[in-house]
Amino acid sequence: MYTQGLDQPGNKGSGAASEETAEQLAAFQARIDAEEKIEAKDWMPKAYRRTLIRQISQHAHSEIIGMQPEGNWLTRAPSLQRKAILLAKVQDEAGHGLYLYSAAETLGVSRHQMVADLLSGKAKYSSIFNYPTLTWADIGAVGWLVDGAAIMNQVPLCRCSYGPYARAMIRVCKEESFHQRQGFDIMLTLCRGSAAQKAMAQDALNRFWWPSLMMFGPNDANSEHSAQSMAWKIKRFSNDELRQKFVDVTVRQADFLGLTMPDDKLRFDEEAGHYRFSEIDWQEFFDVIAGNGPCNRQRMEKRRKAHEEGAWVREAAHAYAEKQAARAAA
Amino acid sequence: MTSDQQLTAYTLRLGDNALVLGQRMLELVAASPELEEELANANLALDYIGQARLYYSYAAEREGQGRSEDDLAFLRHEHEFRNLLLLEQPNGHFGDTIVRQVLFDTFYQLQLAALLECNDERLAEIAARAAKEVRYHLRHAERWLVRLGDGTAESHGRAQQSLDHLWRYTGEMFVADELDAAMLTNFDGPDLELMEGEWRRAVAAIVSEATLELPDAGSMAGGGKQGIHTEHFGFLIAEMQHLPRSFPGERW
Amino acid sequence: MTEKEWPLYEVFIRTRAGLSHRHAGSVHAPDDQMALDNARDTYTRRSEGVSLWVVRSDKIVASDPAESAALFDPAEDKIYRHPTFYEIPDGVENL
Repeated sequence: MYTQGLDQPGNKGSGAASEETAEQLAAFQARIDAEEKIEAKDWMPKAYRRTLIRQISQHAHSEIIGMQPEGNWLTRAPSLQRKAILLAKVQDEAGHGLYLYSAAETLGVSRHQMVADLLSGKAKYSSIFNYPTLTWADIGAVGWLVDGAAIMNQVPLCRCSYGPYARAMIRVCKEESFHQRQGFDIMLTLCRGSAAQKAMAQDALNRFWWPSLMMFGPNDANSEHSAQSMAWKIKRFSNDELRQKFVDVTVRQADFLGLTMPDDKLRFDEEAGHYRFSEIDWQEFFDVIAGNGPCNRQRMEKRRKAHEEGAWVREAAHAYAEKQAARAAA
Repeated sequence: MTSDQQLTAYTLRLGDNALVLGQRMLELVAASPELEEELANANLALDYIGQARLYYSYAAEREGQGRSEDDLAFLRHEHEFRNLLLLEQPNGHFGDTIVRQVLFDTFYQLQLAALLECNDERLAEIAARAAKEVRYHLRHAERWLVRLGDGTAESHGRAQQSLDHLWRYTGEMFVADELDAAMLTNFDGPDLELMEGEWRRAVAAIVSEATLELPDAGSMAGGGKQGIHTEHFGFLIAEMQHLPRSFPGERW
Repeated sequence: MTEKEWPLYEVFIRTRAGLSHRHAGSVHAPDDQMALDNARDTYTRRSEGVSLWVVRSDKIVASDPAESAALFDPAEDKIYRHPTFYEIPDGVENL
């Protein structure tokens, strides 16, 4: 899902660089096939490095931008406990972004460069964070659905071939388990509450269901990058596989909550053992990826503003460090 | 008020300080100058919200009227909150938040040091927990004050401006009212007169290390301890209390 | 104006007395003191640490994986490292 931007027509990816010999590539693939971990200074194909940098940095950007839709409700959380839990979750997201930027930096890109690419609009982040959180129930929906989807993607990544990314993901997954439970718990409380609260929960599900399904990216048939990423074990399951698993699990949870899925074609296929669902509105997906979702501009504006307004602070710290070094040398 | 009621009211006031400051820190989420500072800010806010909950829960228990920490946070009116005016000031820029932190935490650390020796065991316990957290916050804020003051010409100017603007809210911390007097006399609590001297020395030292100037003693703002706030407070409270007030009696 | 980035630091944590420090990841910081603060805020949020080390990443000296054959030569031809090389006479216990 953090490669949504990669699976776009026009993103050709690279052909093998001429300096990479067939022997090197084969030896590398053999290591991957043997489930060996690739570490920062190991030889790796340029395309492997490039794909990882984009995937990991997109993942990091997603965590950082993801702080905004949830952060919106911190000052308005309806109880002190909910306020504290939501803040802990948002703090975790900042931390996850940091772990992931660290992992990406091991591949030779600086955080500075990655942030610059995000702010210029060149780098992508997960489409889901371009949707607004309009009610408290949305916070529940985000935790339940968005974190639920993220967990499906992240657990397999704990076994990805690149060591630093796998280790960052293990750290992330340890902290992630409470995020989804927090969201589900909010939904449960609302669904057991007043009619107005239950309606709030249903409305949140109505608005977040399809964008959550879009998080998994295009259908496998339209994901040209997937095959190579799977071969290199930086993607362990296909988009459709993960999406199907998510639907199967989540529909049951929605039943438990007493909520209705916003999909009149949703049916359980007895033979296959899976829920069948309507076709996703791919036009909406591409619009959002292209920058025209409900919140793309405001997410970027807030991020840019924080970065620009923080420049004098970062410079001050830098200047002080230089002065101290000069004083020590004198 | 009986002396028991005074202790309860004092505890409530401690909760108000922690909650209002915590609430201001929440507004800074996703707006920090660097990712590492996002984590520091969230850590700080979590500590303050946590302290608020401890103070409020204890106050509610002492009161014995069946109110909860949430009733105290979300259903009291503006004038019932008795926080320091310093803490309800809008965030401004990073210099403002760092200066606010240094000015308040230097005071709060002294207050907690006294409270952990006071003769109310429960309050002393809460104070002991908070003291550990505040020691770390203060050190972090002091480090930043030095880097801003002794950084670039721009950062120096901004930090000095923050100090000059927020200085008028510092006097209130040391103006003892009946609750402060009761704490000192009946509960072996903080002595504001003693604390003021220590506070001045500590603040003067860090301001000097930061190559900044201590502002002239001007007129001081007051009223927080009587529930008379600045204009900013109404907006803060409206935002914070909106949802529970819109759905009276509901669980979240 | 190109902004200068804060240097990168590697973070090592000892979670409990008796264990050694383990590499946890990295943080950016303008100087050593802030690096410790940042490492604590990032990597010990759930009280995961007893002791923290931070080192500027560019101060770390590392072996080159390509040289591993030379540095870490297979022990087959240096049998004296293996305990089985030494003949222990009968009657000596605990060896």
